[in-house]
Amino acid sequence: MTQQFYVSPEQLMKDRADFARKGIARGRSVVVISCADGIALVAENPSPSLHKIGEIYDKIAFAAVGKYNEFESLRQAGVRYADVRGYSYDREDVTARGLASVYAQSLGAVFTAEQKPFEVELAVAEVGHTQAGDHLYRLTFDGSIADENGFVVMGGLAEQVAETVAGGWKADLNLAGALRLAVKALATDKEVDALPGTAVEAAVLDRSPESGRGSRRAFRRLRADEITQLLAGEA
Amino acid sequence: MQDPSAGHLATQATSSFIEHLQRSRPELLPFNQALPAGQIPLVPHATTIVALSYPGGVLMAGDRRATMGNVIASRHIEKVFPADEYSVLGIAGTAGLAIDITRLFQVELEHYEKIEGTLLSLDGKANRLGAMIRGNLPMAMQGLAVIPLFAGFDQSAGVGRLFSYDVTGGRYEELEHHSVGSGSVFARGALKKLWRPNLTEDEAVAVAVEALYDAADDDSATGGPDPVRQLWPVVYTVNRAGARRVPERELAAIAGSIVESRAVAGREA
Repeated sequence: MTQQFYVSPEQLMKDRADFARKGIARGRSVVVISCADGIALVAENPSPSLHKIGEIYDKIAFAAVGKYNEFESLRQAGVRYADVRGYSYDREDVTARGLASVYAQSLGAVFTAEQKPFEVELAVAEVGHTQAGDHLYRLTFDGSIADENGFVVMGGLAEQVAETVAGGWKADLNLAGALRLAVKALATDKEVDALPGTAVEAAVLDRSPESGRGSRRAFRRLRADEITQLLAGEA
Repeated sequence: MQDPSAGHLATQATSSFIEHLQRSRPELLPFNQALPAGQIPLVPHATTIVALSYPGGVLMAGDRRATMGNVIASRHIEKVFPADEYSVLGIAGTAGLAIDITRLFQVELEHYEKIEGTLLSLDGKANRLGAMIRGNLPMAMQGLAVIPLFAGFDQSAGVGRLFSYDVTGGRYEELEHHSVGSGSVFARGALKKLWRPNLTEDEAVAVAVEALYDAADDDSATGGPDPVRQLWPVVYTVNRAGARRVPERELAAIAGSIVESRAVAGREA
């Protein structure tokens, strides 16, 4: 019989956290910005089909960095949670707060109980009728949850990217402005000033989709040409 | 939420909301209930739905009445719903079950879209609805049948298409027009005379409203236009741009002109 070496709980948790942090640090960043037109979600992602940003429910979106298979399974679980809840109660009873706390519990359980922690970081965003009603939650691999104000930055170079976003963020930015700020921030460690429209994946949670598009679903994925057009409006 | 550990989820993975409910929350499904023996008391029934195609799309209309035996259970009920951006469904039969099946079908389509990142094909949607109606067969045998009518715009073929169902979930593609519910025989007779190829969208709406008027004329369970309460049929059109509800004031004008032309003609029918 092999002898188990004693590892202190502090050491165990620290090792797990370091492992997860390393995995996340390899990934490209994601920026979520609350602006006057809604909430813009922008990720550096050259793939047009493997998304880092997704729709969860009418007013709720999801963004993630880290291992694709892990955050994709969390995204699908989130869609199932939201749809079951909305079907059994009512559509307006599905809130980002509820979803975020379920995510926090799941991530926390995996962090302590499973073989390896999830190497992911998530953002859950809910758009309100006014900017004061917006909710942005940031969830980390160990299940900790933070209620952020204005914007969330996650991923490899989160701190540097966040600095750029913090420098340019104003509450009254419009969608194009938020998008421009995001691509500028995502290019922090690059040679260029801003990422081109084709290298980013972007989506928006519209503040009033009912009047604008006649749909209660606020989530709208921006096509590459729309992104390029919005970015070009700079002049 | 499911246990999110990856291995467990992979075996749980399904794009179907109904399958997910069957596994984790079967009590939430409107069908699959074991009913005890005995007589089911009178419950509201939804009645006539008509649907017809026109170049570039398809439309569906339903009257506003639900009946419970000889009593009018509701004058305001709506029986035509958007299923998703490019399809609509109308329901006849047991109203309580039908409304829940509609809600479930709407979530089913949206759920697939969110999980897969793409819309189901129109045939895929029609088949899903058929499976749901088959799931309701045990209830139908107790007298709680739900018969839908499904219409949508097929984006790959670029045409509007119509599907009818029987109580066993059998799916039949209909050409030109179709109707279901207690007043459907009368509505169908009217549609045979009023429908013609190359109707414009506005003409098609008028044809649907007139067919419902004829159904209400002869079927006591179908409600006609009600100028006292300002109640008009619910009409949805579906074309390349998506599903759209025809505004009330347009329907009021159409219903008004139908009543007027019938009064002017001064005939028995």
